[in-house]
This record gives sequence, structure tokens and C-alpha cells, in this order.
Amino acid sequence: MRCATRSIPAMTEAGPALLEVRGLSVSYRGPRGPVHAVRELDLDLEEHGCLGIVGESGSGKTQLLLALLGLCGPAALLSGSVRYRGEELLGATPARLAALRGRRIAMVFQEPQSALNPYLSIAQQLSEGARHHLKLSRRAALSRAAELLELVQISAPLARLRQYPHELSGGMRQRVTIAMALMCEPEILLLDEPTTALDVTIQAQVLEVLSSIRGSTGVAAIFVSHDFGALAAMAERLTVMYAGRAVEAGAIEQLYTAPLHPYTSGLLRSLPRLDLPLPERLAAIPGQPPDLAELPPGCAFAPRCPLVHSACQARPALLRRQPDQQVACHCALPAPRIAEAWS
Amino acid sequence: MNPLTRGEGPWQRSWRRFQAQRSARWALGLLGLIVALCLLVPALSPHDYATPSWTHIFRRPSWRDGAWFGTDGLGRDLLVRVMWGCRISLLVGIAASLVSVLIGVAWGTAAGYIGGRTDGLLMRTVDVLYSVPFIPLVIVLEVLFGRNFLLVFVAIGAVSWLDIARIVRGQTMAIRSHSYIEAALALGLRTPAVIWRHVIPNLLGLVIVYATLTVPSVILFEALLSFLGLGVQAPLASLGSLVADGANEMQANPYLLVIPAAFLATIILCLNYLGDALRDALDPRHD
Repeated sequence: MRCATRSIPAMTEAGPALLEVRGLSVSYRGPRGPVHAVRELDLDLEEHGCLGIVGESGSGKTQLLLALLGLCGPAALLSGSVRYRGEELLGATPARLAALRGRRIAMVFQEPQSALNPYLSIAQQLSEGARHHLKLSRRAALSRAAELLELVQISAPLARLRQYPHELSGGMRQRVTIAMALMCEPEILLLDEPTTALDVTIQAQVLEVLSSIRGSTGVAAIFVSHDFGALAAMAERLTVMYAGRAVEAGAIEQLYTAPLHPYTSGLLRSLPRLDLPLPERLAAIPGQPPDLAELPPGCAFAPRCPLVHSACQARPALLRRQPDQQVACHCALPAPRIAEAWS
Repeated sequence: MNPLTRGEGPWQRSWRRFQAQRSARWALGLLGLIVALCLLVPALSPHDYATPSWTHIFRRPSWRDGAWFGTDGLGRDLLVRVMWGCRISLLVGIAASLVSVLIGVAWGTAAGYIGGRTDGLLMRTVDVLYSVPFIPLVIVLEVLFGRNFLLVFVAIGAVSWLDIARIVRGQTMAIRSHSYIEAALALGLRTPAVIWRHVIPNLLGLVIVYATLTVPSVILFEALLSFLGLGVQAPLASLGSLVADGANEMQANPYLLVIPAAFLATIILCLNYLGDALRDALDPRHD
């Protein structure tokens, strides 16, 4: 499962980080007060790195990616800081953001069904960004588009260019949207659950395409998913989000083998294991994801946590517990004890 | 055919589905025939629509006279007058529909795309305009500005855009929620480009259908205005004013009423069939 792209050496330059997120909060005004989609989130993306973000539906993952691009819409209230190579993006002018979008930071969306405009041919959709940002001629944009279709392993790219989205399968559409995001050779690729809407076999193909692209282009990525398998194949570092906050972050091996937050531990336990006999019931975390408009004052996971105690009335800070692992939990138990608490 | 090389776009597909409908072919053919006739006949006929002829009053339709549709109370050839009427009615219908589509699409996309307070302001304006009593307004305008042919266009166009604006707004809001809009924004396109390249093409099917159905309603409305004497200025005729003239003579010379009314009904029917066929052909649910 481990990906081959990890062989790319991390650049050891002293300059500002590729993408540095500090204390990012996104909230919306709701009928019952503000809805906090993302709260005080810190992320660091290195050159050529791949950062995984995992969480349940509604834990703020998509809002986070949209916030990085400044696409949250006028109703959103953002605070904190998002720095791209040292340049602050929160509060940057719309023109500056538009110049970065697609050119430096590109995004792949969750649903390939609706991510392509049904009235434009594949050639038109692919060349749009390149003609806009790189001022390529029609012909140059087309040959670049064909090149990229080849890169995402679509056969007969020249014929595909003339087709329309409804003539392609779901997996092919998703690969087209990936090609679209890569047209201007961005430095950062934001992947919003790119495999969620696809069949399992197609998921594997798309993941394969994504990691081979990371190998050949060296594009850095933020990979949002709720699929641990997909994340293991792509990411080097992982942030676990719950109710808009990071509850655990660190190197992916560390989090997979020794999760220190009960939520991470529960999530990993709920994965069906192929190497063990199938249990009668799949393990699940009891309870519902919290309502983002009415979060409890303390730890948001407390109502569902098997290890809840009086200290959980206060919100735990995200603290470094291992050299490469930060956890926001009061329990401070070693990983095996937390796993025990679930069973 | 090899599906790889076909690349049939949504427009080609709609056109194929349109042609597959028999009612659509008939409606389009008949409408084409009427358009051809109303372009050719006045040019080829020795008569014109305006010159009275005191020796040819109330001739019945006949082949031998050369007055195939007969003549009216001033001895003018009814064939030429009906063809001029078709010209005027179609022209009013198409021009006013175009005006209303342009205003309606601009208004509706702005409201639906921007949303929020702008949306509220734009749509409340539409609500207010809906409540303006229209026929009295046209009468007032004609009193103020005189009997101007152009005024009929503007007046009709300025009111029939309200429906289009509402429909386009709703559709724009639906389109805006698709992720290809977000994807286009994430690609770095600015709002005007997104609207032009991604919203408008997806609206076009609906707008075409609606515009096709607006043309007959505008023609009927113009007929109503002409029937009330508010439409085109004599001696120019529209189908509405011809029907109005014919209605005065319907006991003695029923052909003066029947012929223009038949043309009016045929045009309206064809346009309605055309609109229905386009609706079926452009309906995305047929995939």
C-alpha cells in the first residue's frame, strides 16, 4: 500500500513553507447562531509532500479546502492565516486569488458526475484553464490536454478530447477532472474525496493515477478522504478532524499503528479487516456526529467517547505526545489501552 | 459507428431528438412555408397592401379574378394583406421575445448567481412589475408617445421578460450548486467568465423552449392590442387588426374573418407544437 512517491527527497530550503495554515476558522451565520465548519486548524504542507485529512461527513473537510482557495462564498467568516510561500491568502484581493487558483493551487472535486460541464467537450473544459492562465493558443492547449489525458492513463486521448462528459464513465470523468486540475502545472493539488463516488476497482485505478502523477510531477497534495486505505496509499502525514477541529495529527504510520485519540482509534477499529475472520457486526462508533451549531463547550467527542471523564468538560488542546504525533485528548493513555476501551 | 470517434455533444443530440418527432417536423415545415409565403407573396403580387381600389370592393375569393383570398371593403387584395399581417405578427412576436429573453436572462442570472440581497432586490422588482395592469399601461404609453409601432414591441417585450427572469433565476440557482461552477472558479476563472461559459450554455435549452412559447403568446397579445385598435397603424395590418376588420364584416363577408383567423391559429399552433417538441428534445432527463 505504501506509495512509491515517497522516494522524492524533501527539499531542504530555508524559504517559507509551501502552504502554512495557522488557526484557520471558517464559520457561517446560521439561524441558531454561528455554525463553525472549521476551527483553529493548523496545517503544514511541504514541497512535494502529501497531507491526508480524514474525518466523518460534515467534519469540515471540504470547507477547509474551499477556504484555502478563498471559495467559501460571501456568507463565510474566515479567520486565522493561510500562507502560500509566505504570502497571506486570507484577505488577498479577488484578482490575486483568481491568479493563484488553478495556476498554483488546483482542486479536484468529489463528484465527477457534476464536476464537468455537460455542454462543453472534454477539449474545451481541459483547455479552459491553460488558455486563461498560460495564454496558450488553442492548438497548444489542445496538445497539452492530450498529453495530460495520457498522463492520467486515458486511452485514445485525441478521440476522447472530442467527446462530452456524458460519454465517459465515472472513473474516466474523475481522471479528466484530475487532468483538468493539472493543466497549468500547479504546485498544490487539493483532492476533495476524489475516490468516494467511484466503484472500488475504479478507486484503485484513480489512486494509482494520482500516485503516479505525484511521482512524475512532484505536485504537493492535500488529500481529504474518509477512506483510510486510500490515505495510506497517498499521504505521508495525517490530520484527523472531528467537528471542525484537528483531534490528532502526525506521521501516518504513527497514527495507524498507535492512535492516541479515542476517535482515531475508533475509526481504525471500524475498518473491516481482511486478515481476520469477519465479525458478526462491523464495529462502529456509537452516536451521531455533533451539530456544528451547538457544540458542547468541552471536547466535542466526549458524548461518544468510551473514556469520557470529568476533565472532558474543558476543551483539550492539541499537544505533542510523541515526537511526531499531536493529540487533543485529556485521557493520556497509551494506544493499546484506548483500543481496549472500545471493545 | 465507433463510439470513440463520435463525440456527439448535447446540442447535436437534442437536434437528433427534435428531428425524430413527427409533430416537430410538421410544425417546422408549416411555419417555414408561412414564412416563405409572407416573404415572397408581397414581393411578387401586383397588388400592395395599402392602395384602395374602388372597383374591386368585397370580391369573394376566387381563382379566376386573381384575388385568391378576395378583397376587403376598400378593394385591397386580402392575400397581400394577410401576408403582410403574418410578417408584422411574426416580427412583433420574434422581436419582442428576443427583447424579453435578453432582459430576462440577464436579470435572472444576476439574481440567481449573486443571490442574497441583490437577489431579493431584483426579484421584488419583478413582483412589483407583475402587478402593473398592463393594458392600461400600454394605452397610457400610446397616449404619451403617440401611436408608434416600435412602442408595441417595447411594451410587450418589457413585460414578457418577467416570466423568463423568474425561470432563469431558479435554473441558475440549480446550476450554481453543481460542482462544475465551483471547479471553474477553482480554475481561476472570474465570475463573468464563469457565467458566460458555464451558466449561460446550461440555461440555453430552457431559454430556447421558453422563448419559442413566448412568441405565440406575444403574437396573441399583439392581436389583442390590434383588435382593440392599439396595435399597428392602418393601412399597415397585423393578423390581429385583420381579424378585427373581418369581425365587422363577418355576416356579409365571413372570409374576411376566417382567412386571417386561420393563419393566426395555424401560426400559434405550429409555434406551440415547436415549443413542446423543443422541450422534449432539450430535456436533459432523456439521457
